[in-house]
Amino acid sequence: MDFNDTPQEAEFRAEVKAWLKANVPDQNQEVASAYSSRQNQAEALAKAKQWQAKKAAAGYAAITWPTELGGLGGTPMQNVIYADEESKYVVPRGFFDIGLGMCIPTLIKHGTDAHRQRYVKPALYGEEVWCQLFSEPVAGSDLAGIRTRAEKDGDDWILNGQKIWTSGAHHADYGIIVTRSDPAVPKHQGLTFFFLDMKSPGVEVKPIKQISGGRNFNEVFFTDVRVPDSQRLGGVGEGWKVSLTTLMNERLSAGRTLDADMVEFIAMIKTFTMEDGSPAIKNADVRGKLADWYAQGQGLKYTRFRTMTALSKGQTPGPEASIGKCVSASRSQDYAAFAMELMEMGGVVTDPDHSPQQGFFPESWILSPAMRIAGGTDEILRNIIAERVLGLPGDVRVDKDMPFNELPTGA
Amino acid sequence: MNFDFSNEQKMLKDQARKFLQDQCSSTVVRQVLEGEMEYASHVWQEMAQMGWQGTCIPEAYGGAGLGYLELCVLAEEVGRSLAPIPFSSSVYLAAEALLSAGSEAQKSHWLPKLSSGEAIGVLALAEGAGAPVESHLQCQFSGGQLTGKKMPVLDGPLADVAIVVAKDGETGGVSLVLVDVADSSVQTEPLTTVDPTRPQAIMTFNNTPAECLGAPGKGWGLLTQLFNKAAVLLAFEQIGGADAALQMARDYALGRYAFGRQIGSFQAIKHKLADCYIKNELARSNTYFGAWALSTNARELPLAAATARVSATQAFEFAAKENIQTHGGMGYTWEFDCHLYYRRAKLLALSLGSALTWKNRLVDQLEQPSAA
Ligand SMILES: Cc1cc2nc3c(=O)[nH]c(=O)nc-3n(C[C@H](O)[C@H](O)[C@H](O)COP(=O)(O)OP(=O)(O)OC[C@H]3O[C@@H](n4cnc5c(N)ncnc54)[C@H](O)[C@@H]3O)c2cc1C
Repeated sequence: MDFNDTPQEAEFRAEVKAWLKANVPDQNQEVASAYSSRQNQAEALAKAKQWQAKKAAAGYAAITWPTELGGLGGTPMQNVIYADEESKYVVPRGFFDIGLGMCIPTLIKHGTDAHRQRYVKPALYGEEVWCQLFSEPVAGSDLAGIRTRAEKDGDDWILNGQKIWTSGAHHADYGIIVTRSDPAVPKHQGLTFFFLDMKSPGVEVKPIKQISGGRNFNEVFFTDVRVPDSQRLGGVGEGWKVSLTTLMNERLSAGRTLDADMVEFIAMIKTFTMEDGSPAIKNADVRGKLADWYAQGQGLKYTRFRTMTALSKGQTPGPEASIGKCVSASRSQDYAAFAMELMEMGGVVTDPDHSPQQGFFPESWILSPAMRIAGGTDEILRNIIAERVLGLPGDVRVDKDMPFNELPTGA
Repeated sequence: MNFDFSNEQKMLKDQARKFLQDQCSSTVVRQVLEGEMEYASHVWQEMAQMGWQGTCIPEAYGGAGLGYLELCVLAEEVGRSLAPIPFSSSVYLAAEALLSAGSEAQKSHWLPKLSSGEAIGVLALAEGAGAPVESHLQCQFSGGQLTGKKMPVLDGPLADVAIVVAKDGETGGVSLVLVDVADSSVQTEPLTTVDPTRPQAIMTFNNTPAECLGAPGKGWGLLTQLFNKAAVLLAFEQIGGADAALQMARDYALGRYAFGRQIGSFQAIKHKLADCYIKNELARSNTYFGAWALSTNARELPLAAATARVSATQAFEFAAKENIQTHGGMGYTWEFDCHLYYRRAKLLALSLGSALTWKNRLVDQLEQPSAA
């Protein structure tokens, strides 16, 4: 048991360190993050694209992908080493995660050589942005209940309907979409999967304002949108299977949330006193909670290490990999709320100039509810753990074998 | 990175599991519960033949001279089986105390006996309810004699040798003192506790001949180090127990029907057990890190031990109580094994100091300027 790099890993780490040192732009600028509510989105995206292009040229944008797809042909361990080193810097994050984490892997797996030739590289270099058009107003957790229609017309399909909560659709060039091609069969059987140009006639994107005040997700309307049959991924009626590829990748990439540094957290708490003048850090309630969050945070960290160990031995990671987001989302909601409580009346202040740690805690507090919903809700993830890991029975499904168009809808 | 046990260690773990399944089923645990025997002496002896008690004791003292990682995997299986044996007292505490602080004479006298299972060692710290505090200890050691009362002493009724934490008359500090329990001045009275599968005692010393273990007056520091090591090992027992309790709840949830379906299909049950699984995995990961820190004697050991201890305690207690809940009325019967886990989880949660105490230690560590 050790955490040491092998000689090859150490060599790779040294290369990465040197590269980051030479290439990360100016450290003083504000972090360009896709989910921050504060910055100008277009500017942030432009910066992110520049950074992505540099990373891709060096091979670090897709370390584990084969070289013929623009990757480095590297190991999962190298991927971790890169992420580890990059996390020490302030660099743009979050704009390409959906595209490179979910959309392109789905295209690589289910697309043709021609698709791979044409789309993978521009996505890697940040030249083309992708979005994931899955959720609809009627169906989020119950993804197989979506209704956006796809009807065959010659060599094309005609799409009509609506998606919602589509992150980044407002700056996306392409999207992957799951549609209903046959409403007369049970719900999982009537789905077909495509990718499409977001500039296609009939596609309309309307940003939705979030509780954070930001506008990162959207409604996307489809009115007689033509998609060539050549952009179908997987067979007609096999869209569910293809969606699962995307969702599997989602679970692998999910779970990396912004985390409070416990040592900094404690440094901040040391500056607070309780009403009776006693130091907050000596308060039993405070200490108990800090210990819990620290233990959870370390538990997540070392669970990741176990997963990585399995990967680096060429094994499939065990089910422990599924718990990350489930824990980290509500954990950050809890500690952010508690940090605000310790700030007492001042806890409401979000102005970075007047809130401890530049308003990190109120920002986490307002962002954390999204983490508990996006990419599978807390409840759905617990169902998954109970069913796939513990082998408990699936939910009773009244809709499984009924034709989709005969299902009750609540509407 | 290689954050896992080696294949040899995993094989050892499998062997241990099989052995305990065969030799130490819950029928055996129940014999101790019912007072039919004081502890599972046949299991203890067979373990000794396989060298478990001497896992970390050097060959020169009759041990196997293996490392802490081997002891960790054994501890997990001991925890899983709820083995009613004084493993933690004799191996993680008494033998470890001797190894780290004993004189050559003390080691040569006691370690071979502890290693062969012929002698059982215990640690006596508590003096009733409330956290033991360095300056408040009543037990007194001076002029080579020990006087006072310790309560509860885990595995006390089985002890041949006790390591007693006492006020040191000469230095005014606290010393660890070594007592041969066979001495006629030592009185051992059995005590009823929440977990009768591990006997406990009130031990009274009355001018009992004793000798210092390690430097006089330096006992509190030694004790802290000892507890950091033992916390990791005990955390392995806890995750073993937690896994077993979850497994039991899961099996019952699959077999029991209500409202025309398996109770395991109700989300209230599924989510509860998913939470149990999550806590167990986080605890397992922290406990593995503790094992790494223990086996490399890392600077991080105090923080790693507290972290492992806190999460393993929470995981086992949660799994044990929700296992009862999942069983409904059956879970509250003497006949079902649910209470064995519930009892053991509480015993282990308190035996090296409560989660409250360890959370405090954890935050103390984080407050250090060098905190990782
Ligand atoms: C910030 C953010 C970004 C997003 N980005 C995207 C994106 O890029 N692309 C995309 O396609 N989607 C995206 N989503 C949508 C997201 O996937 C869905 O919101 C999510 O799957 C939940 O679906 P829903 O909103 O329809 O809620 P519902 O499914 O209606 O759920 C409502 C509540 O019911 C519970 N519930 C539902 N079914 C069950 C069940 N079987 N058992 C127990 N409880 C249940 C849920 O847990 C939840 O608490 C995003 C969402 C957010 C918040």
